[in-house]
Amino acid sequence: MLMMIAKRLGMAIPSLIGVVIVTFLLTRALPGDPAAYFAGPAATPQAIQEIRVKLGLDKPLIEQFGRYVVDLTHGNLGTSLTTGQPVATELRNRLPASAELTLLGLLVSIVIAVPLGILAATKPNSILDHTCRIISTLGVSLPVFFTGLVLVYVFYFLLGWAPPPLGRLDVFYTEPPHVSGFYLIDSLIAGDVPTFIASLKQLVLPALTLGIFSLAPIARMTRASMLAVLSSDFIRTARASGLSSYTVIVTYAFRNAMLPVITTLGMVFSFLLGANVLVEKVFAWPGIGSYAVEALLASDFAPVQGFVLTMAVLYVILNLLIDVLYGLIDPRVRLEA
Amino acid sequence: MKRRDLLKSMTALTAAAAVPAPAIWSSAKAQTRQETLLIVSESGPNNLDIHGVGTNVPGYEVSWNCYDRLITHEMKTLPNGTPYYDKTKFKPELAEDMNVGDLSATFKLRKDAAFQDGTPVTAKDVKWSFDRAVTVGGFPTFQMSAGSLTKPEQFVVVDDHTFRVDFLKKDRLTIPDLAVIVPCVINSELVKKNATPQDPWGLEYTKLNTVGSGAYRVTNWTAGSQVVLERNDKWKGGPLPKIKRVIWRIVPDAGNRRALLERGDADVSYDLPNKDFSELKNDGKLTIVSTPYSNGIQYIGMNVQHPPFNDVKVRYAVAYALPYQKIMDVVLYGLGKPMFGAAADTPTEVAWPQPHKFKTDLDKAKKLLAESGASNINVPISFDLGFAGVNQPICELVQESLAQIGITTTINKVPGANWRTELTKKNMPLFTNVFSGWLDYPEYFFYWCYHSGKSIFNTMDYQSLQMDTFIDGARAAAATGNWDSYDKDVKGFVDLAYTDMPRIPLYQPYVNVAMQKDISGYQYWFHRRLDYRTFVKA
Repeated sequence: MLMMIAKRLGMAIPSLIGVVIVTFLLTRALPGDPAAYFAGPAATPQAIQEIRVKLGLDKPLIEQFGRYVVDLTHGNLGTSLTTGQPVATELRNRLPASAELTLLGLLVSIVIAVPLGILAATKPNSILDHTCRIISTLGVSLPVFFTGLVLVYVFYFLLGWAPPPLGRLDVFYTEPPHVSGFYLIDSLIAGDVPTFIASLKQLVLPALTLGIFSLAPIARMTRASMLAVLSSDFIRTARASGLSSYTVIVTYAFRNAMLPVITTLGMVFSFLLGANVLVEKVFAWPGIGSYAVEALLASDFAPVQGFVLTMAVLYVILNLLIDVLYGLIDPRVRLEA
Repeated sequence: MKRRDLLKSMTALTAAAAVPAPAIWSSAKAQTRQETLLIVSESGPNNLDIHGVGTNVPGYEVSWNCYDRLITHEMKTLPNGTPYYDKTKFKPELAEDMNVGDLSATFKLRKDAAFQDGTPVTAKDVKWSFDRAVTVGGFPTFQMSAGSLTKPEQFVVVDDHTFRVDFLKKDRLTIPDLAVIVPCVINSELVKKNATPQDPWGLEYTKLNTVGSGAYRVTNWTAGSQVVLERNDKWKGGPLPKIKRVIWRIVPDAGNRRALLERGDADVSYDLPNKDFSELKNDGKLTIVSTPYSNGIQYIGMNVQHPPFNDVKVRYAVAYALPYQKIMDVVLYGLGKPMFGAAADTPTEVAWPQPHKFKTDLDKAKKLLAESGASNINVPISFDLGFAGVNQPICELVQESLAQIGITTTINKVPGANWRTELTKKNMPLFTNVFSGWLDYPEYFFYWCYHSGKSIFNTMDYQSLQMDTFIDGARAAAATGNWDSYDKDVKGFVDLAYTDMPRIPLYQPYVNVAMQKDISGYQYWFHRRLDYRTFVKA
C-alpha cells in the first residue's frame, strides 16, 4: 500500500512541474497590464512605469520565471495585489472555507442522492424512478447562482428563517480559535456551542445550493451502477437463497455498486471545490473560488498561479485517496495494484 | 397554516439548526448593535495605506477615517438637505492654525494630538509623511504634484509644533491639495521601526496597520471579506464620533445587498444598481441620498485624430444622434443630472460641469452626416466591463441610435484590467467613460481631459493650441487671483470644448447612498466614500 502511494506521488511530480510552467506562461499571456491597472485612475505613463519596476514586471520573462520558481521552493507564492496579502496565507485561510462548504454540500447531496438512486434502481420505470429523474434533471439544469438567489429570497428575505447571507459567521460572533480552519470543528473544539450553531446556520443555504446542483451525477451514477449489479448472477442467487431484500440490496448489491459512485464523488468534489465561485459570490463566502476569479479580472498573476497550483495538488491527493478507498472497498483492486 | 408547518418541518430536516426567527440581534447584543454601523458594499480595500502600491478606492475610505490631515473642509448644505463639503472653506484638523503667505504656508499643530499608541504628533511626523507621499511614486506622488508639491525640500520643520510648506510656484490648488486623502499624517517613529532596507518607507507595515491619529483604527481586516474599525476615544481632530464600531462586510451580490438593507440587517450601502436605488426611493422604507459627483461627467468620446471622427461634422452628427433622454430614463432611472439640451440662448458660465446645447435630432444628424461626405462608417464602441451595469446599456442605446443615421457600430467590451491600457493607447475610435476629479475646479478637469499634454484622460487625443492657451491661462490667472482673465479663459475653454466637441457629455452621475431610517449624519465628500465620523444611529 505504502509503495503504491509513493509511486503515485512520484508520478504526480512531472504534471505539477507542467502546471507551474503552463500557468506562469498563461497568466503572462493574459491581455491587460497589471501596472496600468494598479497605477490608479489618474496615472501618467511615468507613474505606470514606476509601478512596473516596483512589481518587477520590467524584467525579461525568463528572469521573472526564475524568481517565481525560487520563491516557490521557499513556499512563497507571491503577494496578491488586489487583496494585498501573501497568496499562501490567503489560500490557507480561504481553502478551509471552501472545503467546509463543499464537503457539507457533498454530504447533503449524498444523503439525498444515494438513497434516491438505490430506490430508483430497485423499481426501474416506477413513479419513484421518474421522480428521481425529474429531481436530478432539475438540480443540474438550474444554475447554481439562481438556486442560491431563490433560496436566499425565500428563506432569508421572505420567511426570515435563514440568517443574512453575510459569509461564514454572523457579524457579532467572533471566529473560533484556528485549529483546522473548519468553523464547525473549531467551535466544537473550543466548546463554543453558540458559534457552532451560528456557523451551521450560515452553512445551510449555500450547502443546500451546492447539494442540489450535484444531486444529478451522484443519483444517476448510483442508479445505473445498481441496475447493472442487481441484474447480475450473484444477486439472483442471493434472492433465490431467500435473503431479505434489505440484505440483498444494501449488503451485496450496494457494496458492489459503490466503486463507480466513489469515482463520481471524487470528481464531483473536485469539480465543486473550483466551481462554487458563484455560490461563494451569492453568499459572500470567503472561499478560494471567488478569490481566484477576482484576481483573474484584475490581471493579478500571483493568486491565479497559486490557485491553479493548489487545485492541481488537491487533484493529485484526491485521486490518490480514491485509489486507496477502492482498495478498501474492493480487495480485487488492491491485488491488481 | 398546514403549508407553513410542512415547510418548517422540511427545513428542519435539511437544517438541524434552523430556527423560526433570525435571532441575529438578541437583546444582549442590542447595545453593541446600537453603537455599531454595519456597512455592506461590493468590494473592499486591498491596502490600508493610500501611499501603498496600487491601493484601490475602498482603501481610500479606510485612510480617510483612520488618519488625520493638517486641514479639512467645512460643510455646507445642499438644497436637498445633504451636507456637502465646501471646496472653498477650510478648517483645521491636526493643525490649529493655518497662515498662508505669498510663497509658503505655516501650520501650528495641535499640542494635544497623539497617535493611537500615545506618541504625540509633531512636525517631524508631518514632514516624514509628506516626504513619503512625494517620494514613493505612483498615485500619491502624482496627487501631490497636482498641487505643485513635488520635493521633500518644500516641507520644513520649524519647531516641534510648527510646520511650513514652501511653494515652488504660486498654485491655486496647493492648499486644496493638502486637504485631500493623500497628505495624511503617519506615526513616523513606529513605521521606521518596522521598515526594512528594501522598504525604507515601511509600506508593507502600513499596508496592514493603521498608525495614525485619526478617529478610527482597523482592528480586523480579512481581505475580500470584512473590515472592522474601532473608534479612537482620544481623537482630537474633531468631536468624538457617535459610532463606536464599524463593521464593513463585502457582499458581492447586489441583490443580496438590497435584501440585507430591506430586512434591516445592514445599516448602509452605497453601490447598488440604479434600478434598485430608484425602487428603494419610491418604497420609502429607507433613506436614500443622491448627490451629483463633484466635477464628474459620463461622456461619449471620439478619437479626433482618425477618420471618421476627425471631421467635426461627423462629431456633430453623433452629438445630435445620441438618445440622451432615453439614457437618463432607461439606464439611470433618473438618478443623474442631464448635461445636454441647454436652451440655445443659455450663456456660458464660469463653472463646470455645465450642459451643452445638443439634443436628440435625428434629421439634423442625418443632414450633417451627409454634408460631411462620410459614408459606410463602421466602428467599434468600447466600454469598461468593470462598470458594465451602466456602460453596457448606454452603448446598446447609442448603437441603436447611430444605426438610424447610418453609422454601424459593434460593441467592444474591455475587461477592467485592460481598460486603462486601452485608454493609454488613445486609439479607441468611439467609447464611453466617466471622469471625475477630486479637486473641484474647471481648469483641473480640463487640464486632465482636454489639454494636449500627456494625460491619459485626453482619450480623444484632442490637440488644440488654442485650448492649451485657455487652460494654461486659467491656471496662471487663478494662481495670481486675476479673476477677470480667469473668467474669460474658463468661458473660452468651455465654449471651445463644445464647439470642437471631441467628447460629448451625457450626464453628471449621482452617488447614491441607502441607509436605514435611524441612521443620519451622512456627508458628501469629494472622494465620494463614507465618512464614519459623522454618522449617528438613533
